[in-house]
Amino acid sequence: MVSESPTPEIHVSWRALDSLAPGQQGAVVALRGPEAVTTKLAEAGFVPGALITLVRRAPLGSPLEVAVDGARFTLRAEDASAVLLHDAR
Amino acid sequence: MRGEVMTGARTLALVGNPNVGKTALFNALTGLHQRVANHPGITVERHEGELKGSHGQVRLLDLPGVRSLAPRSPDEAITSATLLDEGNAPALEGLLLVLDATQLRRGLFLLSQVLETGLPLLVCVNMADEARAEGVPVDTNGLARALGGIEVLAVSALKGDGVAALRQRLLAGPLVAPAQPRLADIAGVHTTLRPSRARWQAQRRGVEEASLVQEEAAARWRFAATVLADVKTTAANKLRQRSDRIDRGVLHPVFGPFIFVAVMGVVFQAVFTFATPAADAIEAAVAFAGEGLRAGLGSSLITDLLVDGALAGVGAVIVFLPQVLLLFLLLILLEDSGYLSRAAFIADKPFAYIGLSGRSFAPWLSSFACAVPGILGLRSIEDQRERRIAMFAAPLLTCSARLPVYTLLISAFVPRSDVLGFLSLQGLVLLGLYLLGILLAILAAALYDRVLKSGARLPLLLELPPYRFPAMHTVGLRLMQRAGMFLRRAGTLILVFSVLVWALTAFPRPERAPETSSERAAAIESSIAGRIGHWIEPAIEPLGQDWRIGIGLVASFAAREVFNSTLSVVYAVETPDGADADARLADTLAGARDARTGALSFTLPTVLGLLAFYAVALQCISTIAVVARESGSWRFALMQFVFFALGAWMLAWLTRTAALAAGLG
Repeated sequence: MVSESPTPEIHVSWRALDSLAPGQQGAVVALRGPEAVTTKLAEAGFVPGALITLVRRAPLGSPLEVAVDGARFTLRAEDASAVLLHDAR
Repeated sequence: MRGEVMTGARTLALVGNPNVGKTALFNALTGLHQRVANHPGITVERHEGELKGSHGQVRLLDLPGVRSLAPRSPDEAITSATLLDEGNAPALEGLLLVLDATQLRRGLFLLSQVLETGLPLLVCVNMADEARAEGVPVDTNGLARALGGIEVLAVSALKGDGVAALRQRLLAGPLVAPAQPRLADIAGVHTTLRPSRARWQAQRRGVEEASLVQEEAAARWRFAATVLADVKTTAANKLRQRSDRIDRGVLHPVFGPFIFVAVMGVVFQAVFTFATPAADAIEAAVAFAGEGLRAGLGSSLITDLLVDGALAGVGAVIVFLPQVLLLFLLLILLEDSGYLSRAAFIADKPFAYIGLSGRSFAPWLSSFACAVPGILGLRSIEDQRERRIAMFAAPLLTCSARLPVYTLLISAFVPRSDVLGFLSLQGLVLLGLYLLGILLAILAAALYDRVLKSGARLPLLLELPPYRFPAMHTVGLRLMQRAGMFLRRAGTLILVFSVLVWALTAFPRPERAPETSSERAAAIESSIAGRIGHWIEPAIEPLGQDWRIGIGLVASFAAREVFNSTLSVVYAVETPDGADADARLADTLAGARDARTGALSFTLPTVLGLLAFYAVALQCISTIAVVARESGSWRFALMQFVFFALGAWMLAWLTRTAALAAGLG
């Protein structure tokens, strides 16, 4: 169930996690951004293939509540933008 | 070899992800047989407990929860250092790795790192009752098989299931080192990674290439998935569904913030309403004990030392306990129920504007009772920059030790009139001082945020666990642990400094023991403290203050509320039995006149200035010491002290000048 990173193709549309609407989900393609951010994200389960759901936004709009691998994490929008997803729906 | 069995002292450590109930298990195993030890080399405490049986005993260390062995917060650093045998950590016989039965894969990520330490290991699958409730009991045999023969036990720390069996197992004999400790061997995961110890150190220094780190993390997650391929597992679906229903209300865009404000309002009110009678009773009891002691021992230097130094110091410490304990209790209940992380989630956005995050919310809330537990609470924050900013600004929040000073000055000098017919002016001034504290903390944080060089920030990866009912025995034990930490960190210093302040006011001794209040006042003026008061008079004269307030300022370093009792002596206030000491002092201050000019010593502008001074100044030796210890830098603590002192002086001067200009004199 954990897949290899897919080869990027032109017709594949990637979306950053922070652009999802509550309830939408997608599989991680890659992480981008500073090392400190990507390391923490990878340790928390944000690795290629992992299924991520945006559960809700905080009452004031940020941060986001994100479901990954059975756990819920808070993630600020700017950090969530480091997570690129495909097949988001 | 580290894994060798040591005769005599067997030491095991508990490790696990955050929120897996590790501390609950520690408490269930050791009960009251625990103590706190300082971790050598790191300025954080470590909890140790003891397991005793007929066959021997085991020392158990409770290490802070981590997601990975590449540490970032001071808390996480302890766990890493202990496992990697750094910094004189005690040699471990083995590890108890605690996993959450409903989140096994997360635990296996950490397990993959723990395996590489080569330490003997026992895997404890906690929250087994929740997995059973989902209809999927923990498959301990399957998991043990998939892990190449590592021992696996299922427990439920909150319910107590399996704890006795675990205790027996730990006492029965040494743990077994995993037969195939290498990640690559266990589940056929092939990595091309270098040995992990060097890698974690490289990650800690932040020098490793991001792609390598990610690749390793991905490999560890693959390892976890491979191990679980043939093991039946479940998530806590029922709990999560219930939590989601609760969160639809609690985190609602409109109602969420209202619920947040209401909960925090209740906490705040409870701390001040319910704790005040207890604090008053303690004060009365200490005064009574002092009189009894004095009557029994007669008048001597030793009596003075015992009553005015030691006993007053003990009183100054325990008078904080009702408030601090109640605050801790409420915070622990909020934390264990799961609401505190929701509060951090809601509060994050406003905190982000001043360089902080929702994680700083609870420590800042604690600072309204006392800055010491507030600053201690910042330990779990991973982002070093945020920790510094929050630590810098937290002492500006109005702690409860400022309250007696505020109340005294307000009741003596602010007119007892109403504003708009129904708002008490005195109450408004007090409210204004609280708001001033919050405003100043925000400004200080924002300022310090701009001053610090912007470094890479860590993402706010705060876990939102499902709501659970807190288990009362765990709550009780944690309350004792936190109270103990407060007493050690703040209590001992307050006590020592109280005795020191007593000595400053008691020496040199007058030739004849003072009997009347005016003799006592003369004695304190000629004491060392009196001389210091005269010495700093030029510095506080522009604020309209004289040497007498100077003595009060010096004495209140032990704890701010000592200001009141010191002024009582300096102003020779007579307090007959049954009289309200603070009310008498307030009357005396209101009528005090300058000996030379005959003008009133205190006018409203002067008093407003003094209030502003106390709102800012870091007039508290315990806070300074705790900041130095927790930041690991006396330079930072002294910089903060000087900065606040200058700020306090300027704000006091501005306040008085503005009040005079407004004609309030």
